[in-house]
Amino acid sequence: MPLASYQTSVPVVVDDAKCIADKGCTVCVDVCPLDVLRISDMTNKAYMAYDECWYCMPCEADCPTGAVTVNIPYLLR
Amino acid sequence: MSLDQIVDGLSEVSCDVLVIGGGTAGPMAALKAKLKNPKANVVLLEKANVKRSGAISMGMDGLNNAVIPGYATPEQYTKEITIANDGIVDQKAVYKYAQNCFGIIEELDSFGIRFLKNENGDYAVKKVHHIGTYVLPMPNGETVKKALYRQLRRARILISNRYMATRLLKSADGRIAGAVSVNTRTAEMLVIKAKAVILCMGAAGRLGLPTSGYMFGTYENAANSGDGYAMAYHAGAALANLECFQINPLIKDYNGPACAYVAGPFGAYTANNEGSRFIECDYWSGQMMLEFYNELLSGKGPVFLQLKHLHPDTISEIESTLHKVERPTRGLFQQGRGVDYRSESIEMHISEIGFCSGHSASGVFVDDNARTTVPGLYAAGDMASVPHNYMLGAFTNGAVAGIDAMEFADSHDFAKFDAADVAMERDRVMAPTKREDGIPPNQIEYKTRRLVNDYLQPPKVTRKYELGMRRLAEAREDMQERMIARNAHELLRALEVQSIMDCADMAAHASLYREESRWGLYHWRTDFPEKDNENWFCHTLLSKQNGKMTSEKRAVEPYVVPIADDEKDLYDKQRIRATA
Repeated sequence: MPLASYQTSVPVVVDDAKCIADKGCTVCVDVCPLDVLRISDMTNKAYMAYDECWYCMPCEADCPTGAVTVNIPYLLR
Repeated sequence: MSLDQIVDGLSEVSCDVLVIGGGTAGPMAALKAKLKNPKANVVLLEKANVKRSGAISMGMDGLNNAVIPGYATPEQYTKEITIANDGIVDQKAVYKYAQNCFGIIEELDSFGIRFLKNENGDYAVKKVHHIGTYVLPMPNGETVKKALYRQLRRARILISNRYMATRLLKSADGRIAGAVSVNTRTAEMLVIKAKAVILCMGAAGRLGLPTSGYMFGTYENAANSGDGYAMAYHAGAALANLECFQINPLIKDYNGPACAYVAGPFGAYTANNEGSRFIECDYWSGQMMLEFYNELLSGKGPVFLQLKHLHPDTISEIESTLHKVERPTRGLFQQGRGVDYRSESIEMHISEIGFCSGHSASGVFVDDNARTTVPGLYAAGDMASVPHNYMLGAFTNGAVAGIDAMEFADSHDFAKFDAADVAMERDRVMAPTKREDGIPPNQIEYKTRRLVNDYLQPPKVTRKYELGMRRLAEAREDMQERMIARNAHELLRALEVQSIMDCADMAAHASLYREESRWGLYHWRTDFPEKDNENWFCHTLLSKQNGKMTSEKRAVEPYVVPIADDEKDLYDKQRIRATA
């Protein structure tokens, strides 16, 4: 069966201007309990790769530059 | 390299004690094992990252079951939990917890975790339970994980993050020999030989589907997909009272605690749409949940946590706790809804079902030394059968498990497992990556959990269960024959779905076995609406025997703390009676 991709608006937003993943930081990716954040090959910044979020906050709380914002997932907002 | 690309690989390491799960019980188990024998190797394996994993990823607002000298006694606590859990309690383990937990509080205090004290320097314990006083706030509760992590580093515990354990290994004579695991980012497999293994893998929290429809918007940390329950089952360990589901009263849609344990002692209470109280006590018991459920359906709902009557300063104090620890996005959620606690009550609802002994009693069967029925295999925390044990129970019983497991490791050599078992497990784990075409794990998971909601959540109807089991069997066939994983992350989800499916089957099997109603809403069987002490005053143990799911009765151990006849039903009287 062919697969289609399914669009969702993701709850975790990263401010590229503040994110220092391009300098080697991986804190938000490291701490996420659901392992849904990654560093982009294109921008070298962190982003939410999988919409599987418990809106729990370690990524935002532990980010050294305040680049990460956790929003409430749309379905339960 | 493309995202989460699958790497083929298999390696093997060994250790004395392997602790699986780095949330709450796991770090304490690892620490105590290592302190017991500093020369031994202790490995702490974690699917996520020990720094922020598990139910207390963002800390905890307080202890819900602290037995503090001067406020409560181990006898009183044991009695309360026995009554709250409808009598089905092996008291020895609960009593031991009640005796040990104060020492653990002092130890946590020495780690830098603070507990609320009054002006005299005494612990400021609050009353939430029906009978006794056991709730102790933690003013810097957001620092718990950091404090634990410091201790783990200091003790030189070997931490392996991002490895998901998939199956336990045993010797021909049935002793534990280690575990198979898989790296969640590369799919490389790692076999860990161990003399003793402690399972601290949390609740089965991704069993039911939250009413929001968002699969990861669960009450429990969504990483807690019941892997420990599934692994224990496949290793032949017994699981106790799985029909005693976890169902909790939560903030509607947000699906986190509202939280009456925090706000109750300040004067907040649960009320119906008329603003009236309808339950005697906010402590989470099945009996209370049944009244909550009845109220929602009676036309007197919605149900609210009422705190707008409190002084604004008090509300600010409650708010500062609720919006800082455990689930800090509560503040953001309420802000988005335009809800200010000063003018509006918090709309509540009941959660999806799950297994969790932290709040109910469904767990891998353990004795008072945290031993499972498999020699060398231990369990602690939300997944072990000591009822209502909460965070402090995870710490305290984790400590018990760590010490006993190290003693076991010190007196045993490695058990030998069959290499064929590893090969077979490797094939099972990797199977979804070998298919070119099929169904992705998220669809199988959604369907499974939707079936759990439709057919398994209480009230439990025999006919519905039979239909549900047929539908689940069809979903299982799809899972086994057609599920695909196109990268390592998807493989992690594919493995989790298999745990979820196993837990759904166990929930159904265990519920059908107990032919009575007990624990209020948790096991309300419409075909057997009464509590039947004559035939069912017992544990039920579920296990895999000759490859088949089997349930049997197990007698409740004689009580250590006797319960008078007129005390036995104290938790049955949760509904506030109209006064003349």
